[in-house]
Amino acid sequence: MSEDATEAGGPPRSRRVDEERRRLLRSAVVGGAVACASLIGLAGHKVVEAAPRLRPPGALDEEDFLAACIKCGQCVQVCPVNAIRLGDIDQFLGNGVPYIVARAQACDFSCDATQCVLACPTGALSHLLDKKEQSRMGVAKLVAPDTCLARKGEGFRGLARGGSFKGRLRYAEQDRWKPQPVAEHEYDLTLCDLCVRECPIDNAIALAPLSDDPRDSRRTPVVKDACVGCGVCEMMCPAEPVAIRIDVRVTDREIRGRGA
Amino acid sequence: MIVRLLQRKLRDLALMFGAAPKRPAPEEVSAEAVELLAFKKTPDERKRRKAAIADERAAKPPFPKWRAMRWASLFAVNGFFVLSYWLDLQLVEGALTASRIFGFHFADLNSALQLMLAHKHVVLNLVIGVTTVLLLYAIIGGRNFCSWACPYHFVSELAEMLHLKLAEKRWVKDHELDRRLRIVMFVVFALIAFVTSYPLFEWISPVGILSRALIYGTSLGLAWVAALLLVEIFWSRRFWCRYVCPVGLGYGLAGVSAPVRVMYDANKCLHEGKCRQVCLVPHVLDMTKLGYARDVTTPIGADCTRCAMCLDVCPTGALKFDILGVTRKQVEEESAEAPE
Repeated sequence: MSEDATEAGGPPRSRRVDEERRRLLRSAVVGGAVACASLIGLAGHKVVEAAPRLRPPGALDEEDFLAACIKCGQCVQVCPVNAIRLGDIDQFLGNGVPYIVARAQACDFSCDATQCVLACPTGALSHLLDKKEQSRMGVAKLVAPDTCLARKGEGFRGLARGGSFKGRLRYAEQDRWKPQPVAEHEYDLTLCDLCVRECPIDNAIALAPLSDDPRDSRRTPVVKDACVGCGVCEMMCPAEPVAIRIDVRVTDREIRGRGA
Repeated sequence: MIVRLLQRKLRDLALMFGAAPKRPAPEEVSAEAVELLAFKKTPDERKRRKAAIADERAAKPPFPKWRAMRWASLFAVNGFFVLSYWLDLQLVEGALTASRIFGFHFADLNSALQLMLAHKHVVLNLVIGVTTVLLLYAIIGGRNFCSWACPYHFVSELAEMLHLKLAEKRWVKDHELDRRLRIVMFVVFALIAFVTSYPLFEWISPVGILSRALIYGTSLGLAWVAALLLVEIFWSRRFWCRYVCPVGLGYGLAGVSAPVRVMYDANKCLHEGKCRQVCLVPHVLDMTKLGYARDVTTPIGADCTRCAMCLDVCPTGALKFDILGVTRKQVEEESAEAPE
């Protein structure tokens, strides 16, 4: 249409120049708006950073992890206990980035070989990691000592998380290959030691006496250096509110103790 | 021949980078095209074309069979991702940003670029994935990804239908933008990724958001997609695909010399312009204007998404799919047979 107009003399030149200018201006505004929308991610990141999430094993340190993750969810697809979820747009830069809610479903290393790490195409879950013991997702911490049954010297009978709990765990003595629903396992413990009993890492957590008195049955969980922060203790803790949780603020979480 | 081919490729690239299409200078037009144009301008031919157009407009519009096939492809591609995960088939793993298909790495060109610029590492798996994707689309046609695989294209098509309905009633008006914006955005997003060390385009990319929403059910991001669609419905027709999306540009570059493309045959063309009206990238169809064709048959340039909407609306079959000159050969044979 415009070339016909040109040929026929058409609308005055100035009007075409005006339209051209308006179009450039519109384009600049749209381009600026889209670029700004993407930059909002940085501002938003500062906000969500305050509540960091538990990342899958082998995740690089947070900033590197966010840069290296291509947001494809292949880690989600291979996890045998569906522990890994993908962040949504409310996580800004964490949109499409995997995380774990340990209380709902912890990483129990049912897969042995850290399948999520093998599935990751970019190394955002570091390919240097080949043993579960090398990971450092975080570290367990006794956050509510008052609710801890062992510290009260109490035992535990029944289902750790109630009958409607959806989480699964590897009960190796029953079935090494298939994680079982936690809701199908009754416990009868004279002293609650679920966090120690179900920990998938050797020597990561132990119960220590609270006093020198040998008749005192109270014990407190002590987290050791080997803890990888998988969150099984957090998932299995029967106390409400949960006594032990994973602190994800650790540095150098990508790998540690190489060759250990 | 070679020079002419190179000139055409350069023109296609310039068009993709946002240059306005130009009417060919007389010396650029082949002798056959000049002859054809002269024939088309004879009064008899004009009358015949006019009558044909009138007939065509009176008839019921044909069933859009290419669109049906393309939508089937869109559903199949995205459906494979979803089903493979939900049924645990492990054939197609991941999302459209990066995946393993039968174990082979695939990576979206722009996602991989964003990531490597932000992370400042060359990731071997991504290099493999990008190479696979480049090879694939270099054969089947770069922006095929857009119209045959991208889930945003599908919802954007629906938004476009609504936009056109509203525009017909004059309730909304399309605001065109400068196509060079897409190049600027590509560079801007690359720079942002490099400078901030975050692949910032990825968190707002509707391709990734929709792909993950389908596969993993992450739903909040759909609000952003909806906002983009509202802009497309009420303000600027298909603005994201046309003027912004760096993903499309990446695939366009991959398919610069793809053997699979749409071929234009000026012999059959009525110059009615329906193809340009339905086209996402009408600048690639500029030669369909009367007197704008440099040759009698011309392959459509690299920015074409091969969506085939033009094939669906073309009443004469002047636009057809072609694999490296097969159609051109047929045309030559037909015209060789015609005089007998």
